[in-house]
Amino acid sequence: MAGIVGWGCHMPRYRIKVEEIAKVWGADAQAYKKGLNVQEKSVPAPDTDTITLSVTAARRAVARAGVDPAAIGACYVGSESHPYAVKPSGTTVAEALGATPECRCADFEFACKAGTEAMSVALRLVDAGEVTYALGIGADTSQGAPGDALEYTASAGAAAFVMGADNLVAECEHTYSYMTDTADFWRREHQYYPQHAGRFTGEPAYFKHVIGCATAIMDKAGLKPADFAYCVFHQPNGKFPATVAKKLGFNPHQWEQGLLCPLLGNTYSGSSPMGLTAILDVAKAGDRILHVSYGSGAGSDGFVFRCTDRIAEVQKAAPQTRELLEGERFYLQYGEYAKFRGKIIMNVKGA
Amino acid sequence: MPSARYTREIPQRYRLEAGKCSSCGKVYYPPRRVCPCGGRDFETVTLSDTGKVVTYTIIRVGPSDFAEEVPYGLGIVEVDGGVRLMAQLVDVPLEEIKAGMPVRLEFRKIYQEGEAGIICYGHKAVPA
Amino acid sequence: MRDVAIIGVGANPKWGELWGQSLRDIFVEAALAAIDDAGVDHVDGMYVGCMSSGLFAGQEHIGSLLADYLGQRHLPATRVESACASGGAAVKMAALEVASGHSDIVLAGGVEKMTDVGGGDATYALGTAADAEYECYHGATFPGLYAMIARAHMDRYGTTPEMLAQVAVKNHDNGALNAMAQYPFHIRAKQVLDSIMVADPLHILDCSPITDGAAAAILCPLETAKKLSKKLPIKIAGFGHATDTIQLAQREDMTWLGATAKAAEQAFEMAGVAPKDVDLFEVHDCFTIAELVVIESLGLVGKGEAGKATLEGRTARDGDLPVNTSGGLKSKGHPVGATGVAQVMEVVKQLRGEAGERQVAGAKRGLTQNMGGSGGSAVVHILEVA
Repeated sequence: MAGIVGWGCHMPRYRIKVEEIAKVWGADAQAYKKGLNVQEKSVPAPDTDTITLSVTAARRAVARAGVDPAAIGACYVGSESHPYAVKPSGTTVAEALGATPECRCADFEFACKAGTEAMSVALRLVDAGEVTYALGIGADTSQGAPGDALEYTASAGAAAFVMGADNLVAECEHTYSYMTDTADFWRREHQYYPQHAGRFTGEPAYFKHVIGCATAIMDKAGLKPADFAYCVFHQPNGKFPATVAKKLGFNPHQWEQGLLCPLLGNTYSGSSPMGLTAILDVAKAGDRILHVSYGSGAGSDGFVFRCTDRIAEVQKAAPQTRELLEGERFYLQYGEYAKFRGKIIMNVKGA
Repeated sequence: MPSARYTREIPQRYRLEAGKCSSCGKVYYPPRRVCPCGGRDFETVTLSDTGKVVTYTIIRVGPSDFAEEVPYGLGIVEVDGGVRLMAQLVDVPLEEIKAGMPVRLEFRKIYQEGEAGIICYGHKAVPA
Repeated sequence: MRDVAIIGVGANPKWGELWGQSLRDIFVEAALAAIDDAGVDHVDGMYVGCMSSGLFAGQEHIGSLLADYLGQRHLPATRVESACASGGAAVKMAALEVASGHSDIVLAGGVEKMTDVGGGDATYALGTAADAEYECYHGATFPGLYAMIARAHMDRYGTTPEMLAQVAVKNHDNGALNAMAQYPFHIRAKQVLDSIMVADPLHILDCSPITDGAAAAILCPLETAKKLSKKLPIKIAGFGHATDTIQLAQREDMTWLGATAKAAEQAFEMAGVAPKDVDLFEVHDCFTIAELVVIESLGLVGKGEAGKATLEGRTARDGDLPVNTSGGLKSKGHPVGATGVAQVMEVVKQLRGEAGERQVAGAKRGLTQNMGGSGGSAVVHILEVA
């Protein structure tokens, strides 16, 4: 049975506070902070993109896995902000790690669940015996439209997992996927910012799919919330994951470790995968983890992981997620943020 | 930058691959064909990604590809093992940069060819 | 090998932003001035120092172009390139052609036409003197590279921004008396220190400018100099030429210019003299810090002492080590390929007693030091009254 051999996480050091965004658009910062349960979000500098975040996260995963990168047989990056529309992020990541040339690759896209689809496929490729190790990565540097509610949360980060069959830190006991065609949030080709359907993104989208997936996978596994030490769900804001966890019957002490959104924002394809890394950083042998993502469009991937004895040996082998989240960071003003995010119309080079 | 020129240097830019002279043991980054000692045989080695700043400046008037990033720190980093290379110094307040500062090399975007050309990657130094 | 003399020097009358003149115009003006100064009616060969006519003016093959425009059809002519040491290298090549016996009258010229491109493209072109893949790739600029040298020198020897500023002040004091200078006016140290920072710790007034200009020299065998020209022959007593790692990161000592030191050693040995026997020095002050490190590397002062020597006035026109009586690159201007030849021109004029208000009394021997990139190449000439 395949599972996680090593995990890694990365996020930029720059942040912007909700108040800083709200004041530019004349919005009520306190209302946003309360309503979303978000205080600040990560901001990628111009030299940071989905590829660079993925490389650092993957290097950390490889360090924990303790494997020779040349033995990685697949590199799958899931994102909705791949730097190129045509040329996969995975090739650069694989090359930077030294996994080429014997390495499968293609990029994944499914809004915020592209990363977990990449993780599932990586796991099953290992199970199929096709490769010894496979990388599944969720990473994003997504854009929030100026003045839109999503601008308060759209942020940047990456989580990477080396999947294999031996020396696991966590076995993957079950996977499940629940998917429908639901247009809650999308971006057409050549559009700079995404669109969303307001309140339709709640009940009929996020909650329907997360609950549908979580219920089905727990059913399939014959498990109840009490059987899990931790749960982690997709985090479009700091409220939804707690609401859905409660609805499913989990307690705060199960979801708190993996809930990064209040200080990180929504890292889209990185979201629940980064929450998972925060849990793996502290989990003990035997702990079960329920991980359910959500990607607009729409679908949820579910995983049941069970930690092994080996996990304690490698938790400190690379920087830990909450250290990165709460460590030294630099706060930006809106103008710097707009410059970093390419939201300012620059001159074209003509002369 | 033309694709061929970029792709050729990927082992150096992405993986910090250097060349160690089989005769005298000196390591060169980037690798070369001939060592000043006369040696012509080299072994591929990978540089450490940790080190310290040897000297630095803060570029306030940049070349056109980097014009929007000024001011930025740029320095010579000596990685563990003694090899030196040039890299931008980032994720650190500019007034805190000083010689001797411990740093780590992290994969970053170096620049891009406008809106339609290739994106060029490499390493920058961040505080360790 | 025969001894070589310089019998003519010339430049176009004013260096600066010469909007109305093309590269060919500027060079021909300087070349004719040198030919007329020497009083010769033809040359046998020509070397043109020019860093990058291709990137600045879209024109390569300028040996052929300029020989043609100089009215010297069929003249063997070549462009010489060694970044900012192109001019000095052109003089050396010309000297060797004469010394070898192959040619009797050779023109060593230098030219750069830098203002046909915008600032960004000029910075890019200049940057090609550094390591394109491992320095420029990361956003290095020339001020940036010299700024790193400055930082290392300040950290090791306690050199201060005031010492750097004094180099600029002193060179402007000389340039103010030089009619061809791009910036023929005095400046104060405070102006330098208050000017905008380009690459810490170098301010804009620590940096030489972008300049259009040309200079030329006529070389011939010393034994026939008096027959060919009425001008006092100036002998090339010695020269030296060396390279160093192009990447600053690969230098053994960031506070030392090895190529300059080696080239100077060779020149002093060939001329059979020591620094104390030289009366004036034209050195490559592309940035103020460069002048300080150069005079240490030439052995004029001890390591780390150049800043103090400058503040004490030793390198002023009336000091014991006059450096850059022409105004240097800072005040005179720095049309890259022409600089090395203009340095030779200044020394020749000084040795002939033709330097007017800039004259170093009784000057008999002078040294020029021309350097490429961040010190990757250097050419040194020692000239003396024959």
